[in-house]
Amino acid sequence: MAVIVSIPTILRNHTDGEKRVQATGSTLAAVIDDLEANHAGLKDRLINEGKLHRFVNVYVNDEDVRFSGGLDTAVADGDSVTILPAVAGG
Amino acid sequence: MLVIRSDLVEAMVAHARADHPDEACGIIAGPEGGDRPLRHVPMINAERSPTFYRFDSGEQLRLWRAMEAADEAPVVIYHSHTATEAYPSRTDVSFASEPDAHYVLISTRDPDTHELRSFRIVDGVVTEEPVDVVPSYPYAQNPH
Repeated sequence: MAVIVSIPTILRNHTDGEKRVQATGSTLAAVIDDLEANHAGLKDRLINEGKLHRFVNVYVNDEDVRFSGGLDTAVADGDSVTILPAVAGG
Repeated sequence: MLVIRSDLVEAMVAHARADHPDEACGIIAGPEGGDRPLRHVPMINAERSPTFYRFDSGEQLRLWRAMEAADEAPVVIYHSHTATEAYPSRTDVSFASEPDAHYVLISTRDPDTHELRSFRIVDGVVTEEPVDVVPSYPYAQNPH
């Protein structure tokens, strides 16, 4: 279940500057655990108290996972996962 | 310092006025690694709120992909404050995650005159910078 994960500029200090890294897992949660194993510190930037952080948007292919099951979203071989910083404020 | 063309300033202000009393938001893209805003992209405020804004996540994904394909970056990220001054709120600071971007705030609380200010927001620290509005950019400075 290899997927390509796109990493935003703000998180590339965890990936030696790489824009895209590989990870494996059958759900988004598993993919993030696999990312953490190879790129320590990423998980804390993505997950807070067991849920995706409100500061990030995570997409599986073109779908924002907030609307498709959150961390339980299924991920298939060849899918792409994209992480973007949420652009928001008050 | 933010150096920006006057027509781009007018476009941001017009967007902020049009969406008032809700907050308006958007970006001005420019060549990656440069510091020159060129392409105005008004974004949907998914919150449609007078006190909060958030880029629509689907629209943001499409825009970020298009920018990557064109070697562009969000040189300016702007939004309006419709009842308060043009200064980043605590929420603005907590979300700010583009250390290379100029965060532009426009206040539309006064119906006759707007207030436009620019900031860097890096690791939670807000630094205001001067804004130089120019009729056009000089040629040689940036070959893109």
